[in-house]
Amino acid sequence: MEKFAPVTRSEDGQPVRYLIVDDSVFARKNLARMVETFGGQVVGEAGDGVSAISEYERLTPDIVLMDITMPQMEGIEAAEKIVRDHPSARIVMVSSVGYQENIVAALQRGARHFVQKPVKAEVLYEVIKYVMRDDGTAARGAGAGA
Amino acid sequence: MRMDLIQPFINSADAVLAQGLESPISIENLTMEEEAYRRKGIAAEVCLTGEIEGRIIFDVDQPAAAQLASRLAGVPVSETNDELIREAVCELANQIIGNAVTTLNDQGFHFHVRPPALHTSEQGSKGSEDTEALVMGFKTSSGNVFMNVALRYHRRRAADRAAVAG
Repeated sequence: MEKFAPVTRSEDGQPVRYLIVDDSVFARKNLARMVETFGGQVVGEAGDGVSAISEYERLTPDIVLMDITMPQMEGIEAAEKIVRDHPSARIVMVSSVGYQENIVAALQRGARHFVQKPVKAEVLYEVIKYVMRDDGTAARGAGAGA
Repeated sequence: MRMDLIQPFINSADAVLAQGLESPISIENLTMEEEAYRRKGIAAEVCLTGEIEGRIIFDVDQPAAAQLASRLAGVPVSETNDELIREAVCELANQIIGNAVTTLNDQGFHFHVRPPALHTSEQGSKGSEDTEALVMGFKTSSGNVFMNVALRYHRRRAADRAAVAG
């Protein structure tokens, strides 16, 4: 896998903390491997929307990577509930189902961005930097493959 | 079965498998089947409801599934690691079918996708006049992959939606 300049939190220089939500263990492991190459720390995982909400409350991660199609509660509904209680939550939807209506619905309900599966590490890296904006710092001259 | 419903699945399987395996794939055969589907290896099933209804079975030979899982995970996955192999097949099915569904939705078809479920029975449900199945065989660098698509266009649901909108 490519090497990326680490993205850290501007306030304390610590790794960005991630919550990964996907009903597929395989997908969670792949995303975890990817964000670790960005210098991130996976603080929690969840397999459905209901668990995602409770894990967010417990962990208050910097970024949530959230699948859409999941059992019990789908990702868009979970994102809406998290953002309603935590307006500053940074949620990135990560799904193979990326049609226009889905993307618009996710953004209208508080998600910050959308990445379509299969996820390319360089795309996710740029999205993470964009979503963190001033709250995140990438090493000087950092970029995909830097 | 309408070919415009099928083409996005072929394109999506081609794109997702080629990207995941970092090698080209080819379609080896394309057949229509009305007989019940016989599972060949590790299989995942995804159901669709709405204007398009039916199911898609994504089926991979066991050795090929282990190789696919290894390639996608970036670490060797043993042929005996059933759980991880099944997860990999379900996730691949999710990505291929999700990408095809995206194309169909953007073409104006509206329907809902259920999460992939492991298809464990040896034999699937039979096709019918309305839902004869198209079976696609793909040859990849890791082995053979099959996709069995049985879908039908639900004209009445589409008409109902148009009436509500109009």
